[in-house]
Amino acid sequence: MLDSSTLARAQSAGQSREEQPLANEQSTSAVADDEARAAGPRISISVDETRKSRTLKVKAAVENLNFYYGQHRALKNLSIPIADKQVTALIGPSGCGKSTFLRCFNRMHDLQPGTRYEGSITLYPDNLNLVGPGIDPIEVRMRIGMVFQKPNPFPKSIFENVAYGLRLRGVRNRATLAEEVEKALRGAALWDEVKDRLQDSALALSGGQMQRLCIARALATKPEILLFDEPTSALDPIATAKIEELISTLRDQVTVLIVTHNMQQAARVSDYTAFMYLGEIIEFDEAAKIFTNPSKKATEDYITGRYG
Amino acid sequence: MRAREARPRAAPRYVSEPKKPSLLSDTDFTPVLSRSALRYRKMRDRVIELLLLAAGLIAVFTTLAIVAILLIESSAFFKHVSIVEFLTDTMWTPLFADAHYGILPLVAGTLTTTVVALLVAVPIGTLIAIYLSEFAPTKVRETVKPILELLGAVPTVVYGYFALTMVTPALQRLIPDLPGFNMLSAGLVIGLMIVPYVSSLSEDAMRSVPRYMREGSYAMGATRLQTALHVVVPGAFSGLAAAFILGISRAVGETMVVAIAAGMQPNFTFDPREPAATITAYIVQVSLGDLPHGSIGYQSIFAAGLVLMLMTLVFNVIGYSLTRRFREAY
Repeated sequence: MLDSSTLARAQSAGQSREEQPLANEQSTSAVADDEARAAGPRISISVDETRKSRTLKVKAAVENLNFYYGQHRALKNLSIPIADKQVTALIGPSGCGKSTFLRCFNRMHDLQPGTRYEGSITLYPDNLNLVGPGIDPIEVRMRIGMVFQKPNPFPKSIFENVAYGLRLRGVRNRATLAEEVEKALRGAALWDEVKDRLQDSALALSGGQMQRLCIARALATKPEILLFDEPTSALDPIATAKIEELISTLRDQVTVLIVTHNMQQAARVSDYTAFMYLGEIIEFDEAAKIFTNPSKKATEDYITGRYG
Repeated sequence: MRAREARPRAAPRYVSEPKKPSLLSDTDFTPVLSRSALRYRKMRDRVIELLLLAAGLIAVFTTLAIVAILLIESSAFFKHVSIVEFLTDTMWTPLFADAHYGILPLVAGTLTTTVVALLVAVPIGTLIAIYLSEFAPTKVRETVKPILELLGAVPTVVYGYFALTMVTPALQRLIPDLPGFNMLSAGLVIGLMIVPYVSSLSEDAMRSVPRYMREGSYAMGATRLQTALHVVVPGAFSGLAAAFILGISRAVGETMVVAIAAGMQPNFTFDPREPAATITAYIVQVSLGDLPHGSIGYQSIFAAGLVLMLMTLVFNVIGYSLTRRFREAY
């Protein structure tokens, strides 16, 4: 269901390159209001060469998100939309809060005492505020997967690692498990390498394989959003290239949110990019725009390597 | 003493005189320390290294000396008693006129009390460890752990009388014809006694499972309990095995509790409700008597001691190989 006025607004936004009003705070919150009862808000994206635009569903809308470690306010009034089935990258210098922001999406902060969220991350289409009071973090984590900086397979066999999430969700049938595990391993481009040794310990794999195993583990549960927290920072360039390629192909199945230190990586894999600094989002735009023609001086300084 | 002699009289000069600039100054380096200072440093390192080696050797020599004495004294014992009789006879009565020298009753007693003790200590110790490591708030952990470790500081003779005067009467209510001395009571109390060892070591093992491993499980939507059972316990397996083996060694070697509460009659049975003597109880019984040095009865305690040591050795080897096999490379 498309609201025609929203569509028109989005199209006009895409057509006039100079204005670039897409996906800023005002338009998304307005869109969110319009479409809350329908299929959720939309943002537009321009297709590179032709500059034609198309509108995209929003998978999650972050609005005025504040996050506190005790008294310390680590995230300040963040508001961005996360486009459905697209890759959104968070970049910024160390300590800018990008990992903190990422971990709000699956409520990992709840594992530490003394943390507090304010504002909302609304998951569409069911309008669920992920950080709202009374929302069970375990339910959130059931729907939003995560891949960590350091590959962290469990001390189990390759098969059991991938089956872990399914077993947590009560899947007992052996045939179903085997089928889903194979599908997830294929999805993570790991099946051919491990199909003959599914019962071997996952800890015997190489670093790059372990990381793809962790991706398979997350994919097996069919998450709605997949979070990547600097997934290649512990890997060599070849393993990194494989992971990046994988992330690009995942775009068709799942909404991806990735934190990266590596700006080339963000430019290669992401459709949208948010630049963060000192707990704030300085600029959010299409990746092509951020990396070629950023509108803020701070963004330009960072991506050209002047600080960070 | 040696360390003091090695020190040169004059304070070492750590900085040498500046060298004249040389044409080859890029490759020609100026030493930071003078030669005598370098020699002093080398000597000091060597002396400390030797001291450390000596400290390590004390433990090795003690072990070797114990083994040597056990072997020498028991070889005298085995001149009178054949090894076949020692290993197959089901009676142990070295001090009676009709002497039998079968170690089986003592081994049976030792194994029975140990198994009872482990049935108590392993589940309770592991559960406490899981609670403390995965569930307890920091404050609770900081309070409970020292108290638990205090349990390990209670003298074992106290545990012995605790078994005899409190646990046995309580058990006799449940099992009416339970004798006043029995292995069940002794085993239960040994189990309680080694709970702190098992829980403390297991907790250390579980807490050393890295945080990112737990986070991986939580991120999949696991609860605390699921994470603890499916990720933390397997991840800490080698440490847990080490904790259990230490518990076994403690239970096998425990003396006072069994001497006081299990009776001192060698009795070839695996029924924990019966009274029986363990190897350690026999040794303490004979040592307290006034057997002449060199008599067969005196030598028999060394043979018993040798068996005890071999049992502990076997458990330790098993534990070591388990630990190596399941060590996780994270």
